Amino acid sequence: MQSQTTNILIVGVGGQGTLLTSRIIAQVAVQMGYDVKVSEVHGMAQRGGSVVTQVRYGKKIYSPIIKKGDTDVLLAFEKIESARWLDYLKPDGMVIINNERVNPLPVMSGKAKYPEDIHEKVSGLIKNTVVAEATNIAEHCGNIKAANVVLVGMLSQAIGLPNDEVEKAIRAIVPAKALDVNLAAFREGCKLVTGVE
Amino acid sequence: MKKLMIGNAAIARGAYEAGATVAAAYPGTPSTEIVSGFSKYDGVYAEWSPNEKVAMEVAAGASIGGARTLVAMKHVGVNVAADPLFTFAYTGVNGGLVIVSGDDPGMHSSQNEQDNRGYGRFAKLPVLEPADSQEALDFTRMAFDISEEYDSPVMLRVTTRLAHSQTLVEEGARKDVALKDYTKNAAKYVMLPGHARMRHIEVEKRMLGLQEFAETSSLNRIEWGSKQLGIIASGVAYQYVKEVLPEVSVLKLGITNPLPKQLISSFAEQVDRLVIVEELEPVIEEQVKSWGIKVEGKEIFTLLGEYSPEMIEEKLGGIKPAPGYGLDKEIPARPPLMCPGCPHRGVFHTLNKMKLVVMGDIGCYTLGALSPLEGMDACICMGASIGSALGMEKARGEEFASKTVAVIGDSTFVHSGITALIDVIYNKGTSTVIILDNDTTAMTGHQEHPATGMNIRQQPTNKLDIEGLIRAIGIKNIRIVDPLKLDQLEAALKEELDRREPSVIITKRPCVLLNRTPYAGKYYVDEELCKGCKRCLKVGCAGIYFIEEDKRAVIHSSCAACGLCPQICTFDAIKKVEG
Repeated sequence: MQSQTTNILIVGVGGQGTLLTSRIIAQVAVQMGYDVKVSEVHGMAQRGGSVVTQVRYGKKIYSPIIKKGDTDVLLAFEKIESARWLDYLKPDGMVIINNERVNPLPVMSGKAKYPEDIHEKVSGLIKNTVVAEATNIAEHCGNIKAANVVLVGMLSQAIGLPNDEVEKAIRAIVPAKALDVNLAAFREGCKLVTGVE
Repeated sequence: MKKLMIGNAAIARGAYEAGATVAAAYPGTPSTEIVSGFSKYDGVYAEWSPNEKVAMEVAAGASIGGARTLVAMKHVGVNVAADPLFTFAYTGVNGGLVIVSGDDPGMHSSQNEQDNRGYGRFAKLPVLEPADSQEALDFTRMAFDISEEYDSPVMLRVTTRLAHSQTLVEEGARKDVALKDYTKNAAKYVMLPGHARMRHIEVEKRMLGLQEFAETSSLNRIEWGSKQLGIIASGVAYQYVKEVLPEVSVLKLGITNPLPKQLISSFAEQVDRLVIVEELEPVIEEQVKSWGIKVEGKEIFTLLGEYSPEMIEEKLGGIKPAPGYGLDKEIPARPPLMCPGCPHRGVFHTLNKMKLVVMGDIGCYTLGALSPLEGMDACICMGASIGSALGMEKARGEEFASKTVAVIGDSTFVHSGITALIDVIYNKGTSTVIILDNDTTAMTGHQEHPATGMNIRQQPTNKLDIEGLIRAIGIKNIRIVDPLKLDQLEAALKEELDRREPSVIITKRPCVLLNRTPYAGKYYVDEELCKGCKRCLKVGCAGIYFIEEDKRAVIHSSCAACGLCPQICTFDAIKKVEG
């Protein structure tokens, strides 16, 4: 068992299904015998606001939240959310961005502009950045709702989780009728990332 | 095998294992999942009460009746329940009673960040503070024993970070606890002054006993490390300390009221420097300082919001946080907002359009205060809208009242709006009240309430008739309006505001997330007709957005087809897809 801790920050917009992704990753860590802590957001913030879920696993975990500058992988379900949480990333950390745009309220009401090139700015700052079209890939796999499992595939490759353990967790968590689509989505996601040491 | 559980689920499990058979609550973030979780166990009674005061009274009765009882609420809910709580602290219990206070440092979903450990000293209650889900389960179990042994309700104080973090838990077996005998004991339970004076003596004795218990209890422990720095911490702050300062000595307090004075004094003597790390108020610090012990606390740490590992590392470890990338400053904020298809949107659009003074209330609809709807002037606490609208009228006169409305949700109205409406009738106000009836307690995650006709287990039950209730109170002018029919809503509002009598407009439409009434069809923006005026953006809906380059509005895939924005478009450019 590795002694160091793995810190994953999953960010997005309330209602995007970030919780399923964190559940699958946390379940894998439990299966593998790690100590695990997951911190999530409920209540008002879920109503279309900026949301964050933190998953930490390792030999012994104290804090349920990740220290700033200590995140191994930042997974953003929405483009600009990656920029909001970038300060939490380790200097050699990895960023996975789903190329999806969800307008925040100030943009909807015309008070602010959506920074279209934000993922390029993130890529410019963070060498290890992958931008994915998870929604399109999920659609090819049979259901756009499986986009979060495409991202599970990318994430699990990035942190080096064994595929069979992840598939076991997906089988345990995803409803049977959606299983084939989700397993396909997971495998497609795996292809998008080469593992990092 | 151990499993991941949020703190709230672990508390529910702990109560179940301790043999609790009754639980009551009013939903409130971050406490909601405690009693909803408990209701899923077999052989127990659980209820959503109309408000926290009733929940506390149901719990007090169940305890007097001999059952181990759990009652849970958010921090501000304890204010509502404070009246029965303070006196129940005098009577003491029969069956053990645990009251969970879900505090919200950082105000993730609250209107203030009061520190309810203060209630421990104020009401003379033992307060336990777990630091992870396993402790949440274990402490809850133990709290029932402490409650019965010391004849006191016990407060289990958690914070949002504990309530909603999942950590590994080992479940235990349920203890079968027989209902305690009930025998009439007026001197203990009837709080006449003569009886209460006698009980106060018992309360003070019990607090001394609890203080002795705290000195030796395993709930308080010292983890020795370097003696150069000693830290006193409780709850999740303990975890942050362990995360970034693994080498220091820590006195971890599981009981934060009463404090173990000798244990703390002895710890203080053995370390070179003593620091208290506690979120929000200096509850521990002020007591320790009052004993003449040299200790640092709020000179270093803020009174505001949640703490974090990096904050403790910076303040005590002397490690400056990395400068960061600063990209967060380049992007627009993303506050929460009403869902596409939300029935509240039509109401707040209309209130803003009519430039009314709006006394608001607590719920998803408080988001109606934000731009671009900006349809709210004040929001204080649960149920405050109606009373404060009456107060505005009494201060500024009837003319002002004809431009003022109170806006309150169905669950909030049942919680604490009814008595204020009685005041409007009794003291001859002319208030216009809008009850936003979406048939659920939406913001906390769709809990049932007395007017939904379902109980906590989703079983059919008696349904409170809000309209009949209002009529019985004495309101003669009652209107039922669809909040998405803007013309009807505006006409009803004009008519009722002009009337020099109190009236209630009930806007009826279920929460869009409940999916009980999905909207039919799809909308699109006709490119020829759209003039790019951005009027549709005034509804602040994620279902429609604007493309600057093309100077036109476009329907987004998240559109729920509620049909609100077509009513606002001046050029009839938003059209329904035929067929």
